[in-house]
This record gives sequence, C-alpha cells and structure tokens, in this order.
Amino acid sequence: MKHVFLASILAGALALPVYAADYTIIAPANPGGGWDQTARSMQTVMQQEGISGNVQVQNVPGAGGTIGLAQFASQQKGNPNALLVGGYVMVGAILTNNSPVSLKDVTPIARLTGEYEAIVVPASSEIQTMKDLVEALKKDPGAVSWAGGSAGGTDHIAVGLIAKAAGVDPTKINYIAYSGGGEALAAILGSQVTAGISGYGEFESQVKAGTLRLLAVSSAERIEGIDAPTLKESGVDVVVENWRMVAAAPGLTDEQKTAVEADVEKLAKSAGWQEVLKTKGWQDTYLAGDAFEEQLAKDISATETVLKDIGLVK
Amino acid sequence: MGTFDFLLQGLLVAAQPMNLLYALIGVTLGTAVGVLPGIGPALTVALLLPVTYQLDPAGSLIMFAGIYYGGMYGGSTTSILLNTPGESASIVTALEGNKMARAGRGGPALATAAIGSFVAGLIATLGLAFIAPYIVKLALVFGPREYFALMVLAFVTVSSAFGDSTLRGLTSLFVGLTLACIGIDQLTGQARLSFGVPDLLDGIEVTTLAVAMFAIGETLFIAAQGDRGPDKVEAVKGSVWMNAADWGRSWKPWLRGTFIGFPIGAMPAGGAEIGTFLSYAAEKRLTKHPEEFGNGAIEGVAGPEAANNASAAGTLVPLLTLGLPTTATAAIMLAGFQQYGLQPGPLLFATNPQLVWGLIASLLIANFMLLVLNLPLIGLWVKLLTIPKPWLYAGILLFATLGTIGANPSVFELGMLLAFGLLGYVMRIFGYPIAPVVVGLILGPLAEQQLRRALSISQGDVTVLFTSPIAAVLLVIAALALIVPLILRARGRGEMLAQLAASED
Repeated sequence: MKHVFLASILAGALALPVYAADYTIIAPANPGGGWDQTARSMQTVMQQEGISGNVQVQNVPGAGGTIGLAQFASQQKGNPNALLVGGYVMVGAILTNNSPVSLKDVTPIARLTGEYEAIVVPASSEIQTMKDLVEALKKDPGAVSWAGGSAGGTDHIAVGLIAKAAGVDPTKINYIAYSGGGEALAAILGSQVTAGISGYGEFESQVKAGTLRLLAVSSAERIEGIDAPTLKESGVDVVVENWRMVAAAPGLTDEQKTAVEADVEKLAKSAGWQEVLKTKGWQDTYLAGDAFEEQLAKDISATETVLKDIGLVK
Repeated sequence: MGTFDFLLQGLLVAAQPMNLLYALIGVTLGTAVGVLPGIGPALTVALLLPVTYQLDPAGSLIMFAGIYYGGMYGGSTTSILLNTPGESASIVTALEGNKMARAGRGGPALATAAIGSFVAGLIATLGLAFIAPYIVKLALVFGPREYFALMVLAFVTVSSAFGDSTLRGLTSLFVGLTLACIGIDQLTGQARLSFGVPDLLDGIEVTTLAVAMFAIGETLFIAAQGDRGPDKVEAVKGSVWMNAADWGRSWKPWLRGTFIGFPIGAMPAGGAEIGTFLSYAAEKRLTKHPEEFGNGAIEGVAGPEAANNASAAGTLVPLLTLGLPTTATAAIMLAGFQQYGLQPGPLLFATNPQLVWGLIASLLIANFMLLVLNLPLIGLWVKLLTIPKPWLYAGILLFATLGTIGANPSVFELGMLLAFGLLGYVMRIFGYPIAPVVVGLILGPLAEQQLRRALSISQGDVTVLFTSPIAAVLLVIAALALIVPLILRARGRGEMLAQLAASED
C-alpha cells in the first residue's frame, strides 16, 4: 500500500511538467449556448483527465462569435495557453458581418464535434414527408415560412441549400430568424410557421413526445437511433453539419502548436470526452492537422457561395 | 399519485439538511450576485455548473433554484437604495423605490419588495406546479402578431406612465429606440448604425446602458452639485418596518403584479422586464395616491417587484414542460439537466417526477429562505445610506465598473459605460426622464422583430395584425388606454379619473 502511495506521488510529480499549460478557453458567446457548452465541457474533461491543471472559461459574446474572434486574435497573440471555441456559424458570421478578422488570423487546431440539422413540422401540419414540403416550396416559396436560428447561421444556410437543390430561387425563401433559446421552437409548436430547422438536439424531446413530426435529417447517412430519412433519400441532395472547432492563438511557434495539438488530441480521445458527446448528443467529428485545414478551406468557400445565393453576402 | 402528493414528497426531499444547506448557499450567492450590477444570475450559474458535478442532481438543482430566485431578488436592493439596478428587471423598481429611500422610507420599500417577491414567488411557484400545462398552451398561442400587439400595449401604457412632460418622455423613449437599432439586424443579419465598429455589432447591452444611465449619471450629478446639493439623504424616518398603511397599499399590487408577471414570464418572448413595465403602469392608473407617483409611491415598488419574481417562476414553465429555455439562465439550467442525462420537455413530468417536484419544492424553500435572509438585513442595508456621500458614490462607481467588466471584459464596453453615464448626467440636468431610454432599448427590438416576423409570415398582408382575436383584444385595450384618459381629461378635468380609480376597489 505504501509503495502504491509513494509511486503515485512520484508519478504525480513526474506528470507535473506534462500539464504545465493552464489553459484559458474563450467561448465567443453568452453562457448557455453551444459554444459555451463546448468550452465548459472541455474545461471539465481537461481537468478530469489531467491534461491541464487549471482551465478557465471566459465568455466574450457577440456577432456570431466575431467579437470574440477579433479580441482573441489581437490580445492573445503568441500566447500558447489560450484557446478559442468556434464553428460553422462563425464562418457564416465572418462573411455576413464583413468581419475584418477571419479564421486565417488564428491557428485552427481541430474540429471536435458536429450536430446535424433536423427539419420538422408541427404534428398537426398537413405536410407528412420531406417531399410534401419540397412540393409546397416549389409551388410558392414565400408561402413556406421556416423558423430557425440567426440570419446567416447554419439553419439559414441549410434552408438556402435545400431551396437550391429543389430548383427554387434561394433569394425567395421565407426564413424567419429567431435568436437561440427556444423561441423558434415555440413558434413551430404553435404552428406560427410552416416548418422548423435546427440541430436535432433542440427538437429531440418534442419529436419523441409526438408534438413535432421529423421530416428529415441533414446527415450523409441515417443516424442511429433517429427514425427519419436523410435529405438525400428524400430527393434533396444536401448534407449540412453544424460543426464546432477549437483554435489557438496566432503567432505560435511550431513547437507550441504541436503541444496544443497534442493536448487537444488527448482531450478528444479521452473517455471523459466521449461520455460528454454521448450525453449532449454531439457527433464525434474529430479532425486535425492538414486534413482539417483542407476541410475548413472547403467549408469556407462553400459557405460563401450559398450566402451569396441567398443574397446575404454581396 | 396526485399533484399534491408529489409536491409533498418533493418538499420532503428538499427539506433534508444537506439540501437546505445547498439552498442557503444558493440564495446567498444569488442575492450577492443580483446586488452587483452587470453580473447576472446566468453567469453565476454557468460558473457554478462545474462545481455541481460533484453533487447529486437534486442538490445541484436546488442550488440553481436558490441562485435564480436570489438573483431576481437581489437586484431590487441596489435599485431602491442606490438607484443602481442590478439587472434589467429591477429598473422600474428604482423609479419609486429610490425616491422612497431618499425620503427616509428605504426600510418599507425594501420590505415591500421582499414580501412582495415572496408572495409572488409563492403564488407563481404553486402556479408552476398546478397549472403549468395550461399556461404553456396559452403561451404557444402567442405568435409574432400577438407579441406585437402586446408590445404596442406595453408602449402605450409605459409612455403615459413616465415623467410629467409627455414631450420629454417621448424624446427619451426615442433616444432609446435609436440606440436599439444599433447592431446586427436579427432578421437579415445586416449591421445597422454600427459605423464599422465591430464592438457595436451586437448592439448595446441593456444592463450596461441601465447601469450607466442610473449609477454613473447619478454619481456625476451628485458630484457636480458638490456642497451645494440638496441636504443629505435621510437614512431612516419613522419605522424601518412597514406600517399598517403600507400593508394596506401593498397587498393588492403584490397580487396584481403576480398575475401580470407570471403569464408574461411563461411566454417564450415575454421576459421579466415587460411584466414590470405593465405592472407599474397598472399601479399608476389604479392608485388612490396619484400625486405620490414619481415621488415615492409604495405601490410602484410592490407591483413591479412582485411581477419580476412571478415572471422568474413563469420562465420555468416552458423550460420544464417543453424544454424551452427562454432566458440565458434557463438555458444553463437546461445544460444542468442534461448533465444528468435528463431532457426537459413534455415527457419530463412523466419520466422524472421526483426531480421536477424536488425542484419545485426547492423553489418554495428558496423563496422562504430569501425572506428569512433578507428581512433582518433591511436594517443593515438602510445604514448604507448613512455612509458619507463621497465614499458611497465612489463605491457605486467601483461596483458599476466591476460589474460591467465582469460581464464583458472589454475596454470598449467600459468606454460605452462612461459615455452613457455622461448622457445620463446631461439628461438629468435638462430634466429628461432616464427610464424611457432603457425601456426603448428593451421594447424597441422586440416590437420591431415581431412586427417584421408577422408581416414576413403573412407575406406582407397587414390585416393579419388585427385578424387574430388575441391581438385584436390587446390592440383595443391599447387604444382605450390611449384615448380614454384624453376624453376624461377633456370632460371632467381629472375628477372622473379620480372617481374611476376610487370605484375600482
């Protein structure tokens, strides 16, 4: 027993230099949202798994994350202990807000999680399938009102893509933007709008209770445990994923960047993180290094195209 | 088991000594945080979330409940004593509450706020337990056009309730409405009036504006007067406690505030502030002492404070029954539920009755604890006013700045705080009321967004605004509220109004 005790102290002492980094994670949004939850889950798991001894989360809300991004890029330059949470919504916000700071001004490290979009209608709606919805959209795009998250965000982009794939002019879509926090869900439940679109997690309990009808999900293949066809199966060739990523500060040396990458990999592979993914209903989309950078560039250019199609970006 | 049995069982869970301790920690922290301007309950719950991983679900939710109610309560203390609202829902409290405090009646003002919060919290929590499923059905009927009609009603009642001069009141309101336009337009994602400044893209934070206008503006005003200012504030005149007349004038506003605040809090786009505005307007119309409004009428504290706390309970209705978080705090509480693998929503009452009823029971306990904690403190709080002015206002400046920086660590935010403080000072000098500015900032975007959503859904058909029965009724009430006083004034020169008010009882 004594030996075990001594050994653990020794091991602890040896392990100390490994987690030298006391990370500060910037969540560029208000407490409660997806980025904030990501940052706080990272904080918990990093401390639990001994990746870092002390992790702080700081909220810098505003403008789809671009305020936090701008502040992070200017204030944390060269700081290897600062991390920023971001994602697909930020890519859209940078474009629509004409943000002077973009993801090029920070050091993207890895994609961590993803959530697929779900398209729902109220249970009382006449629309039974995705095909019905597309028919209605083709007949009169303006008569189909969609409730979803902020303008230019993932939900809005997905509706634009659906319209385009259905051969409908994307500038004609009648998208009603709601701020997060369930307001859109209330509008859908109250049959104020034709259809709703958001991350599946937002609708899950309503779908299970039978108050909302799930028409389709935006993944490439059917998701285990979700009884709904993909958009592709319904004849709409669209795949959208609202992914979340983590970035480090600009101006890091290669060594510093490698160290951060290693810590993030350790986090993503840890049992604690897998547990978080399960309870939150997030997909594991861990992707790092060159593969991630390539994918990021692809996502940015695709987003720019669709935002131009919808008419949000000139 | 019936609702009542569940509630009793919940009370047994919440009354365990450890859970009582968590409730006590929660309300103490919540009150402390509510007192600090800028730091809201949302941030506190977010900070404490990791701590509660160690606790069992019941314990941590009980603590959240305490923080939530405590935060709603704490905001009123600084509003009344220092004219510095801790959060946006206690802005209205400052109007009459601070006047009372200056007249030496800070004790009764704090007491009516505390007891009113308790009464409202009690009724609204019981409402949450027994009629949540019905309330939520009502809330879902409210679509964009109904919300727009509600906002019109709020505008009409509020604008007639502030200040002596309609012109000055309207001017202040429009300053607020202009400020409300700043930032990214929610429906199109385009920036308005931001002049290329990225920090302005998210618009102006209500608490920053409120703290600046009230606290910084007031401090500058006092400092500018130097020794020539009015005689020092009387800390206590008469009893610290409420006398019989105070009780008599308070109990009806408490009840009215509760019935206004609870359903509005339950609406997904309602929010605590609107309930307080409507309650204030209602009290001003129904009072038998209209001359006291603007000079420290106790009804103007009792009603809005009750409405504020009732709407805090109302917010939990959509959270527990639909899984809809309608405020930032509720969103974090949702995350708290999820950390235990619970999904609030239509099934929660059926799948996890112990937890839901435990939470409701702990809200009742938190509510009671707040009263026990706060009533004895009133004597101590009013002593704050005996602190020499330079120290007191230096302290206010410090807390206002700390609170703003704590909520959003940015130099720009601090600059805005000071700039709006100067604006508040200038407006005070020229006799423009401050509150309508903040009201405009809160109501403006809501009214605008709901109107545009309604028109977008109807594809530009304006008649849709009047064809919904609820919207039509609300608009008719708004029209009456605007026209009837004008007619009465033209005829009986106010006598009728006084009679009308008297016959209300």
